[in-house]
Amino acid sequence: MIVNDFVIKFANVNGSGSASANALFAKAIFRMGVPVAPKNIFPSNIQGLPTWFECRVNGNGYLGRRDGIDIMVAMNPQSWDEDIKAILPGGYLLYDSTFIREIERDDIKTIGVPLTQLCNERFTIPRERQLFKNVAYVGALTGLLDMDFDIIKGMISEQFRGKDKLIAPNIDALELGRNYALKYFDCPLDIRVESSDAVGDQILIDGNAAAGLGCVFAGATVAAWYPITPSTSVAEAFENYCHKLRIDEETGKKKFAIVQAEDELAAIGMVIGANWNGARAFTATSGPGISLMSEFLGLAYFAEVPAVLFNIQRGGPSTGMPTRTQQSDITACAYASHGDTKHILIFPSDPTECFDFAIEAFDLAERLQTPVIIMSDLDLGMNEWTTKPFKLDETRGFDRGKVLNAEQLDEVEQFGRYLDVDGDGIPYRTYPGTHPEKGAFFTRGTSHNEYAGYTEDGSVNVRVMERLVHKFNTAKELVPGPVFGQDTQGSTMGLLYFGTTAISVPEAMEMLDERDIKIDTMRIRAFPFSKEVEDFIDSHEKVFLVEQNRDAQLRALLVNECEIEPAKIVPVLNYDGSPITAKCIVDLISEALGKNTEQVGSNTVAAE
Amino acid sequence: MSYIAKPKFHHPNLPRNSLGLTRRDYEGAMSTLCAGCGHDSVSAAIVEACFELNLPAHKLAKMSGIGCSSKTPTYFLSKSHGFNSVHGRMPSVATGANLANNELKYIGVSGDGDTASIGFGQFAHAVRRQVDMLYIVENNGTYGLTKGQFSATNDRVSLGRKGQKNAFDSIDLAAMAIQLGASFVGRGFSGDKEQLVPMIKAALSHKGFAFIDVISPCVTFNNHNGSTKSFEFFRDNERSITATDYIAPREAITAEYEEGSVIDVTLHDSSRVRLRKLDANYDPSDSAAALQHIMKHEELGEVATGLLYLNVEDTELKEKMDMVNVPLNSLGVAELRPDNNKLESINKSLR
Ligand SMILES: Cc1ncc(C[n+]2csc(CCOP(=O)(O)OP(=O)(O)O)c2C)c(N)n1
Ligand code: SF4
Ligand SMILES: [Mg+2]
Repeated sequence: MIVNDFVIKFANVNGSGSASANALFAKAIFRMGVPVAPKNIFPSNIQGLPTWFECRVNGNGYLGRRDGIDIMVAMNPQSWDEDIKAILPGGYLLYDSTFIREIERDDIKTIGVPLTQLCNERFTIPRERQLFKNVAYVGALTGLLDMDFDIIKGMISEQFRGKDKLIAPNIDALELGRNYALKYFDCPLDIRVESSDAVGDQILIDGNAAAGLGCVFAGATVAAWYPITPSTSVAEAFENYCHKLRIDEETGKKKFAIVQAEDELAAIGMVIGANWNGARAFTATSGPGISLMSEFLGLAYFAEVPAVLFNIQRGGPSTGMPTRTQQSDITACAYASHGDTKHILIFPSDPTECFDFAIEAFDLAERLQTPVIIMSDLDLGMNEWTTKPFKLDETRGFDRGKVLNAEQLDEVEQFGRYLDVDGDGIPYRTYPGTHPEKGAFFTRGTSHNEYAGYTEDGSVNVRVMERLVHKFNTAKELVPGPVFGQDTQGSTMGLLYFGTTAISVPEAMEMLDERDIKIDTMRIRAFPFSKEVEDFIDSHEKVFLVEQNRDAQLRALLVNECEIEPAKIVPVLNYDGSPITAKCIVDLISEALGKNTEQVGSNTVAAE
Repeated sequence: MSYIAKPKFHHPNLPRNSLGLTRRDYEGAMSTLCAGCGHDSVSAAIVEACFELNLPAHKLAKMSGIGCSSKTPTYFLSKSHGFNSVHGRMPSVATGANLANNELKYIGVSGDGDTASIGFGQFAHAVRRQVDMLYIVENNGTYGLTKGQFSATNDRVSLGRKGQKNAFDSIDLAAMAIQLGASFVGRGFSGDKEQLVPMIKAALSHKGFAFIDVISPCVTFNNHNGSTKSFEFFRDNERSITATDYIAPREAITAEYEEGSVIDVTLHDSSRVRLRKLDANYDPSDSAAALQHIMKHEELGEVATGLLYLNVEDTELKEKMDMVNVPLNSLGVAELRPDNNKLESINKSLR
């Protein structure tokens, strides 16, 4: 009997209305207190192509993607063969038995529920017949997996509050499936869900919604963006939350401005214009958008204008796999734009960090007067994650950085926009309109002296460029520092990782531990790299670096920026577009260590 | 070329405006453009207009792209913030700045390359959004800064300096702006201050997107015989269809005109423009008629100038977006950040 530890996958047709039923299923498990990681695997298509919803349920909170399907809900004839193949030996196939299908595997258990027939008998409107099939298979699963039926019924009532007419037929459809399962099958199966308190006070939300909410709490007032998967929902979330939280009570007017720009060049241009003028502004995009924004990013770097960008990375290069995940824009973002340019990157690894880092990013961008790019990805951005609740430190204000007001300007003898007054490489700026006589300057992408005047004097340019390096070094101490996996290091080997890989690392470490491989871990959270990152690499003989791209881009950045002997960092890479699994990490490390993975004991679940 | 500060010496008898400022207070650094470049005259017209309007220079921001024309904001209004952005992208930067604080006045200066080619898309969308700004194109039919290539506003009949022919028709930016919905569209000539200064004053008093296409000859690359953007050609072929008088809010109108020959329009700040119709059946509030006029003159090989179109009814960006009245950049933690209870209830809704 397997309790609270399985992967279930729903194979559907895009546009058939399965998404909300599948989400209902995942949320019901979450409400039972069991950690859950739902993932949409969807095509770049609006209607008709296969789409999947994969859901890992794990009582220990190991929620990284795991290969091998324990239960397949196969609702799509198009992908039927492929779906059947994906089921682990001993696993289950739930299908619509209204239609007779050949099942060529005898090592799996089949559960046929005549979903179409049941729904056709119960409902009359064609659209309802179609939609409620989805609800009915969720109903069947509640019986088969022994799920708390009151919870799911309660969720239906919540979901359709205000549209009460819809409650009864939805519950009806749930019961159709559930009753059929209870009547014809031996319920529960030997895989089941059991109520637990493993979720605690955690919440279920996707990274993009968390980022959009973070921007509201960060005091962002201007958002300019151009639609692109998988980043669109950042702007949409910002807009939704603004409508709830940012309407002026007295006038009913908006304390925000959201512009759907004509392209990404305009989006970042608006962001730069607004930040230059003292409003907190951001954009959200993905790889192709970053490419387009590059020229402007160089301007913001050189003219020292704050900007916040969310890059929700997807599969590249070019249009690549727009609906799959990768961490393959590291180089493109770190060095975006021509000339000697570098940018601050922040790597959130769960929705809670998307929220926190949104707040952090605006403070950093204004403190450092430079673009800050939050490097999320499709897996984090578009899937719901079981994650820690959002917290706000109300004692902390917005750090608007070094901005002089009129009184301060009165006290300054001669204002120099690019003077390093404090020795940290960060100059003082002024907003337009501050003072009638002092503080005006000309922002330019051409070479300039400390007083923002145009210069072609090479030595002045060198001075400015070196101050920018100095400023970047100051940033090392301000960006989010790394997170250690252990209190005291005990191994000669280290493992570095960042972003969404984090979700698979604890499980990988446990599996490695079982194989007697001990490794210290550190999660990198920002570029430039703080000293602790260099120290960690220095203090280990061999360091693995897990990345979800082909070229080991973060490794290149580390080698380049910290002058590390390349051979010391062993890349552990996955870039097939699916989130990296613990097994992948373990196999690649074992292989690198010359240990035959099969011998050491195979993958976690696939062999069970 | 380097940054040359102008000596700030003040003649005691220079005339002062109502803020007690002289014209010198509205000037900028010494121009580094070619001697005789039309762009310098446009800068002078901007200085004159701001001086006469009694504008506090720090409440105005100068935006530009890249090109000889886009350099000019350094050469006027040194007490204003300026932003020399990237080639063709000034409209987006100006839009963002405008969203952050719409209490400032914005002057965007661009070139015909900057606007009609690389930045055509951004220009169109800034117009469409009715960004509250004055957008001036210093139109010389050529890429001055990159040494004289044809621009998209170079007329088909206009020859290059070495007699090269131009295969393509030109884009008329004023006609384009009208079609895209700009609420104030004029065309001027850098060599005609009398016409240009009042038009700039009216444009700066207008709320919404004000566009002025200023023919501004490039003396170095496009002022030869055979060019339709030369001083000489333009002087001979310009056809003013309106003459614009700008009348400040409390100023009295003295001159008298014949019935039907003038149109008075009150702008948002209660100043007025008096349009003297030099072409009797011209109606500047009718966009279709304005376009027809422009095209009619074009067919004759002439260029229609003056205030071509004016619509004071349309709303500007901030109103279209239903934003609060105070500038967004003036809002702080108290106005912008919801409290912890709000966040807690969001947490709750996600369980
Ligand atoms: C992305 C980019 N491409 C090309 C250039 C080179 N460039 C600088 S100015 C210019 C043309 C300027 O023409 P226009 O806007 O008409 O200004 P003018 O110099 O004629 O006043 C070009 C092509 C550039 N700065 N940036
Ligand atoms: S090249 Fe032409 S546009 Fe540029 S400064 Fe000289 S005259 Fe003016
Ligand atoms: Mg030009």
